[in-house]
Amino acid sequence: MLSSSVIVGASFAYLVVLFGVALYGDRRADAGRSLIANPWVYALSLAVYCTAWTYYGSVGRAATTGLGFLPVYLGPTLVMGVSWLVLLKMVRISKAYRITSIADFIASRYGKSRLLASMVTLFAVIGIVPYIALQLKAVSSEYGLLTGAHPGTSGDWYRDTALYMALVLAAFTMIFGTRHLDATERHEGMVAAIAFESIVKLVAFLAVGVVVTYFIFDGWEDLFVRAAIAPDLAPLLSLDMAGSKADWFALTVLSALAFLMLPRQFQIAVVENVDERHLKRATWLFPLYLLLINIFVLPIALGGMLRFPADVIDPDSFVLTLPLAEGYSTLTLLAFIGGLSAATSMVIVETIALSTMVCNDLVMPLLLSSQRFRRWAPHDLTGLLLLIRRGAIVVILLLGYLYFRLAGQAYALVSIGLISFAAVVQFAPALLGGMYWRGATRNGAVAGLTAGFCVWLYTLLLPSFAKSGWLPMTFVDSGMFGIELLMPERLFGFGDVNATTHALFWSMLANIGAFVTVSLWRPPTAVEAGQASVFVDILKREPRGAARFWRGQAKIDDLLALLARFLGAERVRTNFLAYAHSQGVEQIEDLEADGHLVHFAETLLAGAIGSVSARVMIASVVQEETLGLEEVMNILDEASQVRAYSRELEEKSQALQAATEDLRAANERLKELDRVKDDFMSSVTHELRTPLTSIRAFSEMLLDDPKIDLAERKRFLGIIVEETERLTRLVNQVLDLAKIESGHAQWHETDVDLIELINHVATTAGQLVRNRQAELTLELPVSVPVLRVDRDRLIQVLTNLIGNAARFVPDEGGVVRVVLSESEVGVRVDVCDNGPGIPQEVQSEIFEKFRQASGSGGKPTGTGLGLPISRQIVEQFGGRLWVTSRPGEGAVFSFELPRKLAVSTGESDAQG
Amino acid sequence: MTQSKKILIADDEPNIVISLEFLMKREGFQVSVAGDGEEAIAKIRSESPDLVLLDVMMPKKSGFDVCQEVKGDPALSATRILMLTAKGRDTEMAKGLALGADAYMTKPFSTKDLVDQVKQLLGSDA
Repeated sequence: MLSSSVIVGASFAYLVVLFGVALYGDRRADAGRSLIANPWVYALSLAVYCTAWTYYGSVGRAATTGLGFLPVYLGPTLVMGVSWLVLLKMVRISKAYRITSIADFIASRYGKSRLLASMVTLFAVIGIVPYIALQLKAVSSEYGLLTGAHPGTSGDWYRDTALYMALVLAAFTMIFGTRHLDATERHEGMVAAIAFESIVKLVAFLAVGVVVTYFIFDGWEDLFVRAAIAPDLAPLLSLDMAGSKADWFALTVLSALAFLMLPRQFQIAVVENVDERHLKRATWLFPLYLLLINIFVLPIALGGMLRFPADVIDPDSFVLTLPLAEGYSTLTLLAFIGGLSAATSMVIVETIALSTMVCNDLVMPLLLSSQRFRRWAPHDLTGLLLLIRRGAIVVILLLGYLYFRLAGQAYALVSIGLISFAAVVQFAPALLGGMYWRGATRNGAVAGLTAGFCVWLYTLLLPSFAKSGWLPMTFVDSGMFGIELLMPERLFGFGDVNATTHALFWSMLANIGAFVTVSLWRPPTAVEAGQASVFVDILKREPRGAARFWRGQAKIDDLLALLARFLGAERVRTNFLAYAHSQGVEQIEDLEADGHLVHFAETLLAGAIGSVSARVMIASVVQEETLGLEEVMNILDEASQVRAYSRELEEKSQALQAATEDLRAANERLKELDRVKDDFMSSVTHELRTPLTSIRAFSEMLLDDPKIDLAERKRFLGIIVEETERLTRLVNQVLDLAKIESGHAQWHETDVDLIELINHVATTAGQLVRNRQAELTLELPVSVPVLRVDRDRLIQVLTNLIGNAARFVPDEGGVVRVVLSESEVGVRVDVCDNGPGIPQEVQSEIFEKFRQASGSGGKPTGTGLGLPISRQIVEQFGGRLWVTSRPGEGAVFSFELPRKLAVSTGESDAQG
Repeated sequence: MTQSKKILIADDEPNIVISLEFLMKREGFQVSVAGDGEEAIAKIRSESPDLVLLDVMMPKKSGFDVCQEVKGDPALSATRILMLTAKGRDTEMAKGLALGADAYMTKPFSTKDLVDQVKQLLGSDA
């Protein structure tokens, strides 16, 4: 036994230390050097999850179910494993919109619904108050156990330690939870104290574990060997006692969801989170904490069972009774302080969270919407707000105490831990669904919550009341109205699992079923759709996206005055000024009172009074247009539309550019064609006028002057005839070319033997060569394939080439060679001269119309159309005509006609 | 016709040169001939003709280039230039006159008109 004065003294000293830590944390925060801006503190403060219920209760559960205590810790471990998926999103949303509680979060998601806010608050209070009572009971009964006093349900209330503890905790919570009204609803000192408490309870529990395992017993092996041979304990070492797989699964899911939904967890993990990067460290640090605090659970349980006769000592108190029985009084005291820290941390955070919810989501919306309140309300509402919070803290703690006094040792209190879990888990479908499903509606959330809560009430809370003797047990044993199908713990005959699993199954079925069905019933309203997009897309979208859904008119002065009533004028001006600077404006007055500013003001206010109340207050000072669903959808679509539109625009502009390119090219081609035609006309004109000039001049001179002597006269007439011939040739060739080019030329295809044809041309065109005193030689094979071509046209080509060659051979020793051969392609003809050759740069030009190379006489005498026409003819038959020449070495004009023109391959083979 | 004026015929068409030469000689002018633009320039410098019958489309150097060079050279600027071209477009004529040609005639020309034009150009000078 320990004397009560020692315990009370130690407890009081502990609370003073706690007070000191909290005060230090707040001081540091005020000085701008945050103590909790540290991932270690964040991870430790998350351990508020481990309450007195787990501190003492885990050993108790292990003593009856072996490893059955584990799922309660597996759930949170799993959640932390995927914290980047769920928790990060919750943190991000809450930071962006200054969410102050889980009720605020859910209400905000569904269009800042007052109904939802108050429902969640109410359910949370109903679900959590007994849980607080459990903490008071734990401390009070362990105190009684140590001092030998009778646990607190009997005796005068004013001598009850639990009451004083409740009051001390209320004071602590009031001091550190409502020290001032903060726009971020963060409590640095409190968080520091919670982290400190987490260390204390861990150290205490580990100390007990080590002493029990290594000092009272001889280590793990000793314990387990002894347990294995004890008939009562052996089953604990297997999984047989740990419950069915369904129960394990259900308990894991339950604790995982509760870890996210418990108001205190939401407060610590989300609201008090300083930096979302801390989540990363907590992802492994928090599970490590859970591992450490659980490592000695089984040894202590086994130790207690081995040490004490069965059923004499409640296994829940082994943590204290084992060291006490073995005379470790200091350790016992430490263990008690550990339990105290587990209890106080839970009570403090839970009370802060609940009081915030009660104030922001229950009381304030009611007050603010009351006309009477608006009339008598003081201008500065900060005091009133704090008063409400403090009142709520006291009321909640007293409710907890009251429940503890009423329920006492009853079953309702003992099993309340899991019952509480099951209560808050009802928030999960609405909260998680709302974070990932745009289609979730307010009505769906209300329906789901109601259905789930009712089933919870019926299958879990009422039976626990019945077992406490407050309701007839027949209700549990034979169902409501004696209908077996309605037996609360065997609903519709499903009852091969434990009560918690049963309740979780049915409540979740009802909750999710109602939530989904009702959500699908009607499409979301405009406000819901807007909030849905903001919540669902938080990781993709910049937080101020919500401002897009606001249309209306506001005055900065009105907003400033409104916010000042809740936050104090100075704080509001500071915040607005910072906002102004972020907008690139010097003065608050220069700010534009647009949707962004209103949204900023509302968020700022929401941090203090919750988003529901903030919405009500902002709506009272600005003129707003109600957006239709279609408009909201339009805004939502806008972003994607803008993206699609810009992509479309880009495509169009590219298409346009391509089209412009095409047009320009086409235009260039047309211009080129125009220029070519122009050039052609100009050239034709020139070529026609030149012979005409001579003809006219000589004719006039002959006409004017009859005295011109005969020789002269003859010479002039000769020139006239020559020029007339040139003119005729030109006209014919122009017409010829025009016909070929336009496709109107007539082609008379006959079987042509090129050997015969070349021989024929040699006789007619040979005269041209001989006129230049040059020699024409023919190099012909024995036979070549007979081709089906236009004979006259080929003669025209050959004559042209031989005539050209003749013009360019030197005056003396000129030679023109015609070579016929078979090539890869077909039949090839080369016309070679030993003239000056053609410079590389003009080789392609000479195939253009009216472009002539200078002949040996200096002046070309052709029409400038021979080669273009020849090329056209050869190409008409699928062949090609080209020139190879090096200056000084003569020129070779060659053309090839493809083999496919051959009349028959057999014939050519026979001839070859 | 007391003094005998000198005329240079610059054209690459032999038959046209023959006719012009005959025509100018019949009118009592001294005549020299150039077959391309470069030769024309050389002869203008060496023989200082009073007038040049200048064809536009000539090898090596076009009539326009020759005209420009002559009119741009103060020593030669007194040389009269009568441009002859087989390209009858207005732009050609405008270009020739802009370059400083004294007159411009299109081929085929009336021999009588040509002689009149030549006399007029030389007469005003005399």
